[in-house]
Amino acid sequence: MKQRQRPAPALPAAPAPAGGRTLRQRDQRLAYGLMAPGVIIVLGLVLLPLLWNVALSLRELRLIELRDFNPLSTEFTLENYSEVIGDRDFLTLLRTTLLYAVLGTSLSLLLGLWAALTVRSAFPGRFIVRGLILFPYVVPVVAAAFLWKTMLNPQLGIVNAWLQSLFDTGNVSFLTQRSFEVNLLGLRFGLPAAFTMIVLFEGWRSFPFAFLFILARMQAIPGELDEAAKVDGAGAVQRLRFVTLPQLRGVFAVLFLLRFIWTFNSFDEIFLLTGGSAGTQVVSVQIFEYLFGNSDIGAAAALSLVLAIVLIVLLVVYFRFVSTEETA
Amino acid sequence: MSATEAGSSRNRGTEYWVLGVLKWGSVAFFVTITAFPLLYMVSLSFKDISEVLRNPGDFFPSWAEISSLATYREVLRPVEDGGRGFLRLLRNSAVVAVATVVVTVGVGTLAAYAAARLQFFGKRTINTAMVLVYLFPAIVMAIPLFVLFSAIGLRDSLFGLMVVYLAQTIPVALYMLRSYFQSVPIEVEESALIDGCSRLGLIARVVLPLAAPALVAVGLYVFMIAWNEFLYALLFLTQSQELWTLPLGLQQLDNQEIPKTVLMAGAVIISLPIIIIFFVAERFLVEGLTAGSVKG
Repeated sequence: MKQRQRPAPALPAAPAPAGGRTLRQRDQRLAYGLMAPGVIIVLGLVLLPLLWNVALSLRELRLIELRDFNPLSTEFTLENYSEVIGDRDFLTLLRTTLLYAVLGTSLSLLLGLWAALTVRSAFPGRFIVRGLILFPYVVPVVAAAFLWKTMLNPQLGIVNAWLQSLFDTGNVSFLTQRSFEVNLLGLRFGLPAAFTMIVLFEGWRSFPFAFLFILARMQAIPGELDEAAKVDGAGAVQRLRFVTLPQLRGVFAVLFLLRFIWTFNSFDEIFLLTGGSAGTQVVSVQIFEYLFGNSDIGAAAALSLVLAIVLIVLLVVYFRFVSTEETA
Repeated sequence: MSATEAGSSRNRGTEYWVLGVLKWGSVAFFVTITAFPLLYMVSLSFKDISEVLRNPGDFFPSWAEISSLATYREVLRPVEDGGRGFLRLLRNSAVVAVATVVVTVGVGTLAAYAAARLQFFGKRTINTAMVLVYLFPAIVMAIPLFVLFSAIGLRDSLFGLMVVYLAQTIPVALYMLRSYFQSVPIEVEESALIDGCSRLGLIARVVLPLAAPALVAVGLYVFMIAWNEFLYALLFLTQSQELWTLPLGLQQLDNQEIPKTVLMAGAVIISLPIIIIFFVAERFLVEGLTAGSVKG
């Protein structure tokens, strides 16, 4: 990543001043003082809750019993884990989450690459196009989700209005039906409907993020490389494949990692668009449902830890096999 | 990389032409998928709902519809007068976001300076821990924080919400400001120290003024994160309507009784401040983002 990783230079050690301590010792004390507020707030709000989450996942605890909850009691049970993992739909849940994360991430990276290639060289109006491309990422997720929901609305949405005037299809409820019946030259098959929409939404919403990183990396590639390849007679496709893309491997590895982690855990997008219905249930929305639908705190805590563990396993696999030096 | 045919000028001409078509096709594609939804959101927010139901394909509002501002009036009017109370939500969101910015930038600057310039034991561990926190799923922390804040009575309060936002924004601020401080030449600071300036005096008189643009960029980012946040607002504040932030208030408008045009007016109101901030400070923000990488 474009980041200046210079080792922090130490100041020259001055002779011991009047205070009796060296500048270095005083600096060390000062450093702890400067760090303390941030570290205390963050660790207090992350590490402690995490430990508490483990405790919660080992209890039978309902939302209404919250008042009587004693964090120090030692009655433990693994029932929450067997409830969550033993659920009939657990594997479907994992598969949907994983598929959503992989497809959403890939789509956003591909769109981001395409957008960066488009805006790479100057053309009239380039500045405006670049600004517009950032819009889906900048706009609050709540606004973006309801914008899509309204556009895809079966009664008054623009997408259905156009589909009907063009193809005379019936009203398609994109976000509430599980699959489309497709009749292509007598060949009938179903395509996932709501699931496709959430993947498209994720790709649309996060491609500007990938775009910014890829464009920044592209503009750092020395122009001579491209020129030299041109002189050697390489066509545009060859220059893209053999000159530009190899330079982007590092940024792709990092982007895939970041976007994958965020998409794998994402809650807002799916909760707002489909609420997890019609074949779009993912782990984070299911956690919310355990908490408020079933008011079962123990199960929600257990599933959230399962989510964290699956994520950690996937990351270990990623670092082990996919990327060695690029993301280090 | 064989290039047997390349070099002939006719091939070059074809390539130039094909690339031109591809390029303008791509530009058209990206303008469509970004500008069209934006246009649709703004247009629909002015429309009369019965007009939309009668003819969904025609989404441009008439002048009469625009000048009546009926949907915006409904969204902004207080709940007691039959409106949706968005003025109050605007205030709540602004309070939480500004408080988060002030605390995060303050705390983050001190920590980032220490992480960039001072040597101390445990520095690497703290830096790694902060990156991990930044990547850690919010939903995993949501349950214990929900339980904890319910127990200590912080759940239905804007203060509680702000405290939770700090945990998400301080790592971002620390990371971005640290890479900024590292990119500033150290010589300036050295000469101030030699001239007898104390470390804290140095931070106040030399470092902060130099870092002002970076502080503004980080502050705007943190503002955007806090302004857009939905999950914790949903968990903590759903039961106290007078405390709702904009994202939560907008989500509560998504039901059968409320016209979609009103929903879109709400969406425009929540987006407008963010879009303005972004386009006023775009250069700053893009540089900050690609240097520090921000969660989204």
